[in-house]
Amino acid sequence: MLRQMRPTLVYALLGIVFMFAAPHVLQLFTIINLTTAIALAILALSLALIWGYGGILCFGQVAFFGLGAYVYTISAINIGGSTWAILIAVLLTSAFAAALGYFIFFGRVSDVYLGVITLTVTLIFFSLIRRTSGPEYKIGKALLGGFNGVSSPPINLPWDARTFLFPEQVFYVAMAALILCYVFVGWLVNTKFGRVCVSIRENELRSELLGYDVRLYKLGIFTIGAGIAAVGGVMFCNGVGRITPDVFNLYNAALTIIWVIVGGRGTLIGPIGATFALFYLTSALGGQSVLNNNLVLGVILIVFVLLVPKGVAPTVIDWVNRRRRKRPVRSRRRRRGRAEDAR
Amino acid sequence: MTRQRGEVVVETRDLCMHFGGVRAVDQVDFTLFDRELRCLIGPNGAGKSTFFKCLTGQLTPTSGDVIIRGQEMTAAEPFEVASLGVGIKTQVPNVFDGLTVEENIWLSARRWHGDSRARSLTAATIERLRLGDIRRTLVGQLAHGQRQWVELGMVVAAEPWLVLLDEPAAGMTHEETYRTVELIEEINKTSALIVVEHDMQFIRMISRTVTLFHEGRILMQDTMEAISADPRAREVYLGHRA
Repeated sequence: MLRQMRPTLVYALLGIVFMFAAPHVLQLFTIINLTTAIALAILALSLALIWGYGGILCFGQVAFFGLGAYVYTISAINIGGSTWAILIAVLLTSAFAAALGYFIFFGRVSDVYLGVITLTVTLIFFSLIRRTSGPEYKIGKALLGGFNGVSSPPINLPWDARTFLFPEQVFYVAMAALILCYVFVGWLVNTKFGRVCVSIRENELRSELLGYDVRLYKLGIFTIGAGIAAVGGVMFCNGVGRITPDVFNLYNAALTIIWVIVGGRGTLIGPIGATFALFYLTSALGGQSVLNNNLVLGVILIVFVLLVPKGVAPTVIDWVNRRRRKRPVRSRRRRRGRAEDAR
Repeated sequence: MTRQRGEVVVETRDLCMHFGGVRAVDQVDFTLFDRELRCLIGPNGAGKSTFFKCLTGQLTPTSGDVIIRGQEMTAAEPFEVASLGVGIKTQVPNVFDGLTVEENIWLSARRWHGDSRARSLTAATIERLRLGDIRRTLVGQLAHGQRQWVELGMVVAAEPWLVLLDEPAAGMTHEETYRTVELIEEINKTSALIVVEHDMQFIRMISRTVTLFHEGRILMQDTMEAISADPRAREVYLGHRA
């Protein structure tokens, strides 16, 4: 287990170094921006888990992300503190995913329809919440605010609702959340549960014929993925300061898929890296008016699907392995397959 | 659990599987005793593979019952059948192409045992099936015959008491077929087997009780010698009276 987790732990360590170094080097504006990117990276990680390892192409992963953000915001306003709000956000989102997943997986809905259903759920949230402007739409003390959204109370110290965190400190929390989620997922995919999920991705019938209840495993990984997306959502509304229904739009739903395709399915660090790269690319493109942002993203997607179909990380791993093989070193104990999966 | 030789382990009563107007399996009454090795034969379209899929839960029969070791398994899911301790190999190799040979087999052993026991069982199975040279190769890169062996390895690693094999020798070389026969005889020392096959050569090598399917029904059930000598069986296979 430790051997398979080694790459994961190395990346986690690099993340910790970055986490403590960044605020000393970068400007506050960049740090606040980074917090948003980190939140999106957690979302990418959650899809990397359920699509890359579980083989479940969820087109609406962003629904759980947005739901997590909304639940956090509404609970934090009502409770007057973030500690319970975070827990409620993660648990309620997971419960929602479990209920949705129950009908999908136990109803044996096929892959294509799963994508359609999850995307539809996302767009339903988008339309519903957009129409909630006006004083009559409120949950407890929190006004939903329609397309203007709700401003999110910042995270406070645990059990101390009066000490809010500064943006710089929120960055630490977000980065820690990303690293913890990354290590957790890296561990999960190497457990028996994770390996069975990978086997289902490879061949559902065979897993079933070995005696594994495929529906239950799929539901499990789907629910865990939704919980992680909710963590991302909580960090996102903290980074931005508010949450609007735009989070549920088609653009964001598609963007999540693009991160994973570009980063590479079957890896975790790939989609995380791709999220940061594309986030900064879109920010950079936002500062000029020659090229349309969406056009560039579309071109990137097409180029990747055609030229680098496996995504960046698996292609790099393959390349390194091939180079290593060419060398006349007698290292027969190359760990393929399993070890690559852990990265 | 103590099981005596002679106990009925698989039974179907009046089993029917109809697809629209086609009666793929029609009123089949079938019994298999413990430690028995039974071959199901029949020409293409005789219903043997459909019957096999009804036993393994891949198809839900139109009517009738499937009883495995006293349990009603008629509308069971495949994983429920497998969870009784039944090892199943499908006609087209169903393996995990993106994983190594070792992990394919480990996933089977791990279903029943803790991590360390699963690992030793995996090593023993790899030894037994002589897969040592390719243990770290991705199954997707292997030849057809080898993939069949990996699947057999997954069946064996689960230590099943009942084994269902659908055309285990399909696409194998002579040498591989011969080894498959050996393996089947060895499995039969501890478990009952149903082997679907239409390679007569292969059936003769195993040579036990044979059930002949024809147009969805059991035409006869006897030794291979008796079936070979029977004019009805010849007619079914060759299409004319010999």
